[in-house]
Amino acid sequence: MIAIVDYGVGNLFSLSSSLRALGAETEVTRDAGRLRSADKIILPGVGAFGDAREKLDGTGLTPVLREEAARKPLLGICLGMQLLFDRGFEYGEHPGLGLVPGQVVGLREDLEDKTLKVPHMGWNSLEIARDDPLFKYFRDSEYVYYVHSFYARDCGNSTLGVSRYGNIAVTGAVRNGNVWGTQFHPEKSGDAGLRLLRAFAEL
Amino acid sequence: MLARRIIPCLDVRDGRVVKGTNFQGLRDMADPVDMAKFYNESGADELVFYDITASAEGRSLFTDILRRVAGEIFIPLTVGGGIRTLDDFDRVLKCGADKVSVNSGAIADPGIIAAAARKYGDQCVVLSMDVKRVDGQFRLFAKGGREDTGIDAMEWAVKGVEDGAGEIVLNSIDTDGVKQGFDLEMLDALASRVDVPIVASGGAGSMEHFAELFTHRGVDAGLAASIFHTRQVEISALKAYLKKMGVPMRV
Repeated sequence: MIAIVDYGVGNLFSLSSSLRALGAETEVTRDAGRLRSADKIILPGVGAFGDAREKLDGTGLTPVLREEAARKPLLGICLGMQLLFDRGFEYGEHPGLGLVPGQVVGLREDLEDKTLKVPHMGWNSLEIARDDPLFKYFRDSEYVYYVHSFYARDCGNSTLGVSRYGNIAVTGAVRNGNVWGTQFHPEKSGDAGLRLLRAFAEL
Repeated sequence: MLARRIIPCLDVRDGRVVKGTNFQGLRDMADPVDMAKFYNESGADELVFYDITASAEGRSLFTDILRRVAGEIFIPLTVGGGIRTLDDFDRVLKCGADKVSVNSGAIADPGIIAAAARKYGDQCVVLSMDVKRVDGQFRLFAKGGREDTGIDAMEWAVKGVEDGAGEIVLNSIDTDGVKQGFDLEMLDALASRVDVPIVASGGAGSMEHFAELFTHRGVDAGLAASIFHTRQVEISALKAYLKKMGVPMRV
């Protein structure tokens, strides 16, 4: 069973539907016992970093996630991926979960071409930087769907794939041990996104 | 590099797509779910569902359809039509919409954009506007383009973005239905005023019109209904053509 962490941020309809469409057994939950008995965990998220971190802490699941991440595959999506890093700088500095090295900073500050729009919203091609089982059914440079104003930087060799936006190589996918993350929304990335979720479900 | 987007718009009334003709090969030629699947397979980058129902019964049919589409098709879905309150946002977001488009609802209650952006995030709120030239000014129209509000459309857009609209759909009444190309002058005027993505609507009649549209930097997406529904232009062929012309496209 794949547990989708329900901590009150974002719409989980498409994520659970897409996993169901793949035939994966899923459960949207905020129950620590269910996370412990799950085979895999997905941490979704839409919104602002600090607020999401507070809400996650409010569920009491933060230590559970840390423990389980050492034992089973965990996938963070969008803001859920951003929370995996050491810290985030959206409306002040906030601590992340520290499961993947790196920090989450504003696109606007780092973009040299100020006419480029923020949020980075739409379809961008994901260049594979390092092969990984997550890309089992995914071809290099396929398009995936992004909606975000902040991005992960200084991720060292955990970067799996990037998308180009102006001068920035936007961190699109990362992995550190059992922990994966995608800045884009695989559940909104059409067939390519479904294939990526299938690979995660099969890990 | 971010791709430009091609978006078919499906007007739904009483559970059926209006103008959905010539869809040979589909089980039901005007079934919104079948049409959505067809467009997804053709490479549409996003789908817009517009609820043009008046009755409460029609409205619940619409949300049923939306739920079915969102349960089977995994690309961004934008929903508009009859969005007047935060409850309306809530109703369609719960059924799987990613973005909600507000038009007359924002004219009736300009506070709705800020309230929705605060609650759901800027990326979720789309300001859709029907605009026509009146006395040398770009004028905002209400009620599906039938009523001149007297409001300067460009000022309206700037205020909408300040309030938190994360995207603007600009429908030019002057070019809508004429099929002689998008309203590039109006789009350029808007692009010089706002820095959020702009979706062009109204006037698409051929593949060349999209190529011409995307030579304009400020425009992120092209939206059309009838030319796609009648299959006068096939989305798969359109995207292949645009890619060949050097437009970044997801193909």
